Amino acid sequence: MGEVKEVSVGDIGSRAAEADPELKAETMALNVGPSHPSTHGVLRLMMQLDGDSIKECEPVIGYLHRGDEKIAENMTYNQFIPYTDRLDYLAPLSNNVAYALAVEKLANLEVPDRCQAIRVICCELARISSHLLGVGVYGMDAGSWTVFMYTFTEREKLYTLFEELTGARFTTSYTRIGGVARDIPDGWLGRVDSFCKGVVPILNQVDKMLTRNRIFMDRTVDIGVITKEKALSYGMTGPNLRASGVDLDLRKDKPYLGYENYDFEVPIGLNGDCYDRYLMRAEEIKQSVGIIRQVIGSFPEGLYYSEDAKKIFAPPKDKILTSMEELIQNFMLVTEGPQMPKGEVYFEAENPKGALGFYVVSKGGGVPYRLKIRGPSFCNLSILSELLPGHFLTDITVILGSLDFVMGECDR
Amino acid sequence: MSEIEKSELLDRFAYLSERESGDHLAVNCPAEQLIEFCTILRDEFQFDLLLDVTAIDWDVATPRFTGVYHFYSTVKQMYIRVASDCKDNIKPTLPSLVSLYSAADWHERETYDLMGIIYEGHPNLKRILMWDSYPYHPLRKDFPLAGIETPLPAEDVVEQTNLKVSAAPMMGGPFVSSGDGKMSQTEPKAKDESWNEEKGK
Repeated sequence: MGEVKEVSVGDIGSRAAEADPELKAETMALNVGPSHPSTHGVLRLMMQLDGDSIKECEPVIGYLHRGDEKIAENMTYNQFIPYTDRLDYLAPLSNNVAYALAVEKLANLEVPDRCQAIRVICCELARISSHLLGVGVYGMDAGSWTVFMYTFTEREKLYTLFEELTGARFTTSYTRIGGVARDIPDGWLGRVDSFCKGVVPILNQVDKMLTRNRIFMDRTVDIGVITKEKALSYGMTGPNLRASGVDLDLRKDKPYLGYENYDFEVPIGLNGDCYDRYLMRAEEIKQSVGIIRQVIGSFPEGLYYSEDAKKIFAPPKDKILTSMEELIQNFMLVTEGPQMPKGEVYFEAENPKGALGFYVVSKGGGVPYRLKIRGPSFCNLSILSELLPGHFLTDITVILGSLDFVMGECDR
Repeated sequence: MSEIEKSELLDRFAYLSERESGDHLAVNCPAEQLIEFCTILRDEFQFDLLLDVTAIDWDVATPRFTGVYHFYSTVKQMYIRVASDCKDNIKPTLPSLVSLYSAADWHERETYDLMGIIYEGHPNLKRILMWDSYPYHPLRKDFPLAGIETPLPAEDVVEQTNLKVSAAPMMGGPFVSSGDGKMSQTEPKAKDESWNEEKGK
């Protein structure tokens, strides 16, 4: 019996070079994207390969740049809401909420409890929806198709719930400055609750399929390790940062929408590798389900919009058609936009992908003077040129899948 | 907590001035001291996360460009906004923070790309969202919403097709309000006033 020796495939090139100093490994340029199934959108990677291992990597972005910030400067605050759907288009509801909260912060406006509760449910459903896709396609990237089928089936049920609430499956545009577009439909909470009941067994199935799966673990454990310091330096946020062991969740640290009233845990990773990033998302779905159940359990009565916001929120349609004051209010709102004070605010919400920030500069009136959108995916991707070198070509799909980015938000 | 930090910062650094803010702690810092101040912010005041780098174009005012930075401390759980005016209106420059925060790399490239702020000391200051040969900085206030006719980035395509990137047909919209002044002036109107029915055909 001979001695068993582990051979690392990646070393073949370098060992050959050692054996013959004249034999120099030539690097090969490889271009991935911008249109490639594993880049989850239009990300382009220009790489220098030495055999199978990546020597250099330069991410190229901007293929989905639509000039959202320029557009925002040219329309009223409410008109921009549909554009926020198209930032992180896998979780449009939470973008709507984050944008509305930023502008409400500028207006110093508090929305009623019922509106907050509706928004919390929206945010958490969006988080579940985004993470279900994130985990599903991550499994697919790592070679396990089945998981995707399970999670996407659940996501389809979520779309039905979104459609019932907002009238659209994908581009929801549900919030307004000072409230939401309409109250929840009858019996909707019950259907959300039964969705929550149904999704937990599916999560357990996914857990059985992935968490202790030999192949999945081989492909993800100790791959794409991001240290705590690196993650912070590159401005990463969300599950990617928490996987690296940083306890930063804006729902806990800077509570908004009354998140401080709900009981939930924030999962924190140990190693910051691809496997940890999967575990974060899997656990966060469960926590979100818990939050939604708590909201439904104590769902407040009241209005779904702020009554004080006379110059900001459009009055109900029946009142516009019957009362002079409301008619004028609506006319002013449509022609001039919601009236905001002068000032500047920066608000960040804990979105599924990370901290989505809006920096609003107002000179008064109904149009923002400057609106800067801080897309979490933009920052999460900037680490690629440092993270990818040293990995194998086959690790690209796994690392990209684990970062769970969305180009709509990255390019804006 | 924010109040203590504010007085501590303002007392210690004579060059800082308080900035009007609707929410977080905000200071104005001259461009010359920006690196020094941000180093101390990171190392002593534990602002370990550079969240956002951007700039504002004040159009006709002087100084025309203001660079704005948002930091967050994961230890103290607080934000700070640091603003820094660019001295030159024609060729606005700010020092680069890449040596302090790796996150500044892409953010500064984006601000350079869209706003035309030159970050001195940036190792790789090139366009990030627009293509490399793009001649304008679209987020500046003097850049029209519809865009400006520009050559296509791909030369071989231009040779064969003779196409250009043309300005967007506004078709009378979007209807926007300027937002300040009297009602007669704020009435929403098409941004591109040169548009008319004839041109639309």
